[in-house]
Amino acid sequence: MDAIAVGSLYALIALGYTMVYGILKFINFAHSDVFVLGAWLSFVGAGIAGLDPAREASIGPWVFWVLAALWAAAGIAAVYELVLRPALSRRLDRRLPAPRWHLNLSLVAAWGSIAVGVLHLAKGAASAGFGFAAGGIILLLAMMVCGLTGFCIERLTYKPLRRAPRLNVLITAIGVSLLLQNIGQLNWMFGTRPDRMPTLLPEAELFTIGTAVRVRLVDVMVVGTAVVLMVVLDWLVFRTKIGRAMRAVSFSPPNASLMGINVDRVISFTFVLGAMLAAAAGFLFSQKYPGLNQTAASGWVLLGLKAFVAAVIGGIGNIRGAMLGGLLIGLLEFFVAQYLPDGASLRDIFVFGALIVVLLFKPSGVLGKSATEKV
Amino acid sequence: MQRSIFGAFGRIALALLLAAGLAACNDSGGGPGGSGSAGGSASTESTGDGGSSGAGGSGDAGAAESAGAADAGSGGSAGDVILIGHYASMTGKEATFGQSTDNGIRLALEEVNAAGGVNGKQLKLITYDDKGESKEAGSAVTRLITSDKVVAVLGEVASSLSIAGGAVCEQYSVPMISPSSTNPRVTAGKQMVFRVCFIDPFQAAAIAKFTTENLKLTKAAILYDQTQAYSKGLRDDFTASFTKMGGTIVADQAYNGGDTDFSAQLTTIKAANPEIIFVPGYYTEGGNIAIQARKLGITVPLIGGDGWDSSQLPAIGGEAIEGCYYSNHSAPDQPNMKEFVEKYRAKYGATPDALGGLGYDALMVLVDAMKRAKSLGGKDLAAAIAATKDFKGVTGTITIDADHNAQKGVVIVQIRNGSPVFVAAVDPSEG
Repeated sequence: MDAIAVGSLYALIALGYTMVYGILKFINFAHSDVFVLGAWLSFVGAGIAGLDPAREASIGPWVFWVLAALWAAAGIAAVYELVLRPALSRRLDRRLPAPRWHLNLSLVAAWGSIAVGVLHLAKGAASAGFGFAAGGIILLLAMMVCGLTGFCIERLTYKPLRRAPRLNVLITAIGVSLLLQNIGQLNWMFGTRPDRMPTLLPEAELFTIGTAVRVRLVDVMVVGTAVVLMVVLDWLVFRTKIGRAMRAVSFSPPNASLMGINVDRVISFTFVLGAMLAAAAGFLFSQKYPGLNQTAASGWVLLGLKAFVAAVIGGIGNIRGAMLGGLLIGLLEFFVAQYLPDGASLRDIFVFGALIVVLLFKPSGVLGKSATEKV
Repeated sequence: MQRSIFGAFGRIALALLLAAGLAACNDSGGGPGGSGSAGGSASTESTGDGGSSGAGGSGDAGAAESAGAADAGSGGSAGDVILIGHYASMTGKEATFGQSTDNGIRLALEEVNAAGGVNGKQLKLITYDDKGESKEAGSAVTRLITSDKVVAVLGEVASSLSIAGGAVCEQYSVPMISPSSTNPRVTAGKQMVFRVCFIDPFQAAAIAKFTTENLKLTKAAILYDQTQAYSKGLRDDFTASFTKMGGTIVADQAYNGGDTDFSAQLTTIKAANPEIIFVPGYYTEGGNIAIQARKLGITVPLIGGDGWDSSQLPAIGGEAIEGCYYSNHSAPDQPNMKEFVEKYRAKYGATPDALGGLGYDALMVLVDAMKRAKSLGGKDLAAAIAATKDFKGVTGTITIDADHNAQKGVVIVQIRNGSPVFVAAVDPSEG
């Protein structure tokens, strides 16, 4: 059961890698850090909402000030656009640039305000005795904030490099990864101390199969949430208009652009989607393994790497492949740990060994279609 | 296509990234006190002159600062200040280790400077972050010695890092005192490296003795970190002592540092039915292992080494870690710690762990040696440290033996209501 739970978490993270690769053909190394961010945000969110018995409930004043600053900036932009720009343009007799960013700012402010509202909702749910619902709300919160982070990462760092060689983008991704890891360690962020995530999903044991397999409610909910998210994603990608646009961009960006698809918007959407899935994985992971290590710890990097391996094994760029790959890696890891002598300390070797085997015999992955690289 | 303002933002962000990346690769960026950027390793310098580092009020602080600035190029012991280096994991997985130790050292530094310093000179501490990585530890020590020209180096907590840093000190003949590295290899065969704590074989024997004599348990399982010299050493020594005292090891399992899932190992351990589980690792894993053990229905106590010593152990482990034991250098509720604990609380607002006390003692032993040394040159200072005898430290009486280790007792504490409580003082050399 552990294997399936962890496998589905790998799958959730792997989806983010694979979607970005499918569209932009580069590996977003910062993706695993978004996952870590999701786990820590869940912790902070739970603390703020008063779900953590070890901490006092508080919506920190800084949240208010940040939001206030964002609203103020959005307001200034609006004033500039509506009043100052027309007036000044007339006086100076030339057109001043339009503040296109004020829209984005208002978006950020609105998003943040909703997040705070959601937190209050979680607080209410917790005080009304629905710790369960509170968990769901924290999950949504982490997904929202990480979605926003994913959007910002793409806009600020990858978009300016759209026409740069792919290697530049790859190196930038590593830079973003380092930046996120180290910002997370700052004291006003999450600090460097490991901490414990409060239990939001019930731990009760449902039933056992034999002696080795224990089915716990938390595992069922981890797998359940992951499956629901993957079904939604599948529907989104294969049944909706934006999904069709994503697939079109993945097939050929210039052609998609000719067909009237806003490629930049599709790319942003993909990043937001991937980041939200990673955040969900982060929240679920923190429920399963409540001891959270600080953001740059080697354990996180390893988890992200394994999810990446899952994406490659499933066939990178292939969404259903990533889901399958995640499960395969999870199962492989836990069976090795459980049934081979000294397997627990050798599990990583088997995971990365599997990667080598797959790359040797079916380089495009289990579900990948073999295509010859066009040069 | 319309160009959005994000083009400019992007460029700024890139520049930031580049800076962060450079700083992360090699922390050569930024002058004193200037490299507080997100990616860079934090380097802090303080003159520690009685907390009067406020905005240019007292002429004293200004003088000390300018002396320090003028001194930076010309060398450690020239001028009016003596430079001491400290390398520690201020960030990273074992961050509380470095931070507690640094707090302890700074507390001692303040007291020494307030009492007039050493031979009329004020002490100045330079701390570099090694992020808990041995390659960073090596370069931090090299930088302390070659560029800052410190007279002595303090650090590290983790044995693997002290071994890396010690090699550099040995090369440049600069004495180093490790506050709390317990693996024998840290000082073995070294001319310049000392420590103010006991060593692992001694600690492991004490744990084995406590288990067999005080707890009267004879069946133990082991779960250790195979990537840490410290953890492996403790496991080997514990196995040897425990079997000699009539106990049996019923299960011996390993994990890799940074692992999050221990269920496979714990299932095996549970099947072996031990009376106690020895987990010689660090506190993050200790807490996680306790949580998962309780989930699997393992009720026997866990016992750890001094790597468990952190306020974050009960924070992570919660109710799972209640009633578990670990061996330590000192316990905050011991009488000889009382004065130190109060001073520490007054300055930092938190109860010190043993590492704070050891950091304090490391600097005090160094200061004591500096006062006795013929000169502050590496060889003379090392000789003076080696001659330390019956030094009254806050963590116990310290005598440096022929192998450069401190001879001190081991304390066993138990987690009760979320804080460590003194249970027994164990001396394995008796009986």
